[in-house]
Amino acid sequence: MSSELELDELYRELILDHYKNPRHRERIEHADVTAEGFNPVCGDEIEMELDFDGERLQAIGVRGRGCSISQASASMMSELVEGKTIGEIRHLSEEFKQMMTEPESAVPEDLGDLEALQGVAKFAVRVKCATLAWHTLGEGIEQHQKGDGAVRVEEM
Amino acid sequence: MTYDVEQIRRDFPILERKVRGRPLVYLDNAATTQKPRQVIDALVHYYEHYNANIHRGLHTLAEEATAAYEGARVKAGRFINAAAPEQEIIFTRNTTESLNLVANAWGRKFLEPGDEILFTAMEHHSNLVPWQMIALETGAKVRYIEIDDDGRLIGDDVRAKINERTKVVAITQMSNVLGTINPVREIAELAHRAGAIVVVDGAQSVPHMPVDVRELGCDFLAFSSHKMLGPTGVGVLYGTREALDAMDPFLGGGEMIKRVTYERSTYADLPNKFEAGTPNIADVIAFGAAIDYLEALGMEAVREHEIAITQYAIDRLSAMDGVKVYGPREAADKGGAVTFNYRDIHPHDLSQVLDQYAVAIRAGHHCAQPLMRRLDAVATARASFYLYNRHDEVDALIEGIRASDRIFGNVVRAGA
Ligand SMILES: Cc1ncc(COP(=O)(O)O)c(C=O)c1O
Repeated sequence: MSSELELDELYRELILDHYKNPRHRERIEHADVTAEGFNPVCGDEIEMELDFDGERLQAIGVRGRGCSISQASASMMSELVEGKTIGEIRHLSEEFKQMMTEPESAVPEDLGDLEALQGVAKFAVRVKCATLAWHTLGEGIEQHQKGDGAVRVEEM
Repeated sequence: MTYDVEQIRRDFPILERKVRGRPLVYLDNAATTQKPRQVIDALVHYYEHYNANIHRGLHTLAEEATAAYEGARVKAGRFINAAAPEQEIIFTRNTTESLNLVANAWGRKFLEPGDEILFTAMEHHSNLVPWQMIALETGAKVRYIEIDDDGRLIGDDVRAKINERTKVVAITQMSNVLGTINPVREIAELAHRAGAIVVVDGAQSVPHMPVDVRELGCDFLAFSSHKMLGPTGVGVLYGTREALDAMDPFLGGGEMIKRVTYERSTYADLPNKFEAGTPNIADVIAFGAAIDYLEALGMEAVREHEIAITQYAIDRLSAMDGVKVYGPREAADKGGAVTFNYRDIHPHDLSQVLDQYAVAIRAGHHCAQPLMRRLDAVATARASFYLYNRHDEVDALIEGIRASDRIFGNVVRAGA
C-alpha cells in the first residue's frame, strides 16, 4: 500500500472531523465525578465530568490536549456513552479495547463513529492514545461506584 | 583524512535498510545512534574468540578478555582527556545509572539538611529525579537555574543561585531538547569557588563534540555508549580521583572488595570499588571499538559536519510557514538536535506521517517535562543528526512535514 493510502486509512475524515470539532466539550458544573487522564509518554491529556442518574450516565463533558487520535477518540466516545447504563458502557469499552488489540477481528456494529479508529490497531504505539479516554472513563465509573468524586489516571 | 559521508555510511549496515519501501532516514540520534560494522564485529569477535569473565581467571581467555575490557576503560578515559584513565573511569549501564551513582554515593555521605543542589531548567529527567530523591532523603533542597526564551541559561540567575549553601551543581553540557551548549567551565569555576562539586551530564555532548574534562574542570561527567555508536547497556561515570576516593561504594558484592569477613569488608581500589559484580564485558569491549571509530574520524571533524547539517536544518525549517523552532538558531552554539512544532499538528501525528515516508524523528516531551512546561508546549518534534546524516535527509524531513498538510492542512481545532 502506498504511504498516502495507509495514512488515509489511519486518519479517516471522521477522525479529523471529531478532532476539529470535539463533541460534548461543555464543562458540567457540579458533576458527580471528575476524572483526568494523562499519558506521560506522549503528554496526551483528557479531563471529563460525569453525571449519573443511578446506573445511567446522564451527561458527560470532555476536553483535552493531545494528538488527533487521543482527542478524536474521546469525542467519539462521549457521543456513544451518553445516556447509556454502566453495564452497557462496560460492554462497549471491552469491544473497543478488543478492536484496538486484535486488528484482525470483526468490527462490532454498535461502536458508532469509533469504528473509524479501526486503523489505529495497526499502529501499536498509537493504541494508548486511542484508549486513554476509555481508561479515564472506566476509572471515573469506578470512583462513582465507590462514592468518591475525583480521580486521576496515569497511563504507562 | 577528508570527511567523506558516503564512505562513513557504508560502515553502517542499517543505513541500507528500507522502511515501507523507502530508504531509512534516521534522524533520532539524540535518542540512540546506529552502530558501525566495526562495533558489531567487535561484539561478535569477543563471543566467538575470547568470552570469559574478567579479573578472575588465570587462563588465556580470561587474560584476553580482561585486557580488552581494561583497554576500553583507557580509551574512554583518553577520549575525554582524564588525568588517570585507569582509575577515573567507572563503567555503569548508562548515563542514568552514572548520575544515580553520584547522587547516592556522594549525596548520602556529604549532603546535609539545608544544603542546596542546583541544576538547570533544561535537565533531562535523569539529571533531575535522582537529585530530588537524594534531597528528600538528606533534607537538602533542590533549586534550578532559569533559561531565557532562546533556551540559554540566564547568567544573572547562575550567579544569584550559586552560594555558600550550594553543594552540588548538576548541569547538562548539551541539552537534548534545545541543543544548547552550556558554559560548563565558567559555571564550574563559580561552583568550585563556592565549595560545590560539579556533575556534568555529557550524554549529548561527549558523542558530538570534543570534550576535555580537565579543561571543563568538572568533578564528574556521565555519558552513554549507545549514543556514540556503541552498544546499549554501557555507561561511563568519570570522576576525579579525589572525588571518587571520597565516596563510599554504591553497590556491594564481588569485584568491589579487598577482604571480606562475616562482620565487615574492606573495599577495592578505584575503579573496582564502584563496579560490583560481573560487568557488561562484551558491550564495554565493543564500546572501545566505537571510540576508535570516533577517534579515527576526529571529534573536531564530527562537530564541523554536524554544525553544517544542523544549520541547514534550522534554516530550512525556519523558512517554512507555520514552523516554530525552539532553542538557539545558530548551529555553532548548539548540538545537532533541532526541536520544533508545525502548525497545530500534534508532534505524534507529525511523526506518524513522517514515519510513512521512512523519516524517523522523536515526538513527545523528550524526558524533560519541566522544560516542556517552561516552553509552553505539550510536546515537540525533534530531529537530531549524527556523523552519517546527509543534507538530502533534511530535504526528506521537510518533504515529509509538507506531506502532513495533505491530511491536517485545514485542521484548526475548535477551542484548542
Ligand atoms: C541529556 C541527556 N541526559 C541523560 C540521558 C539518559 O541517557 P540514558 O538513557 O542512556 O541513561 C539522555 C538520553 O536519553 C540525555 O539526552
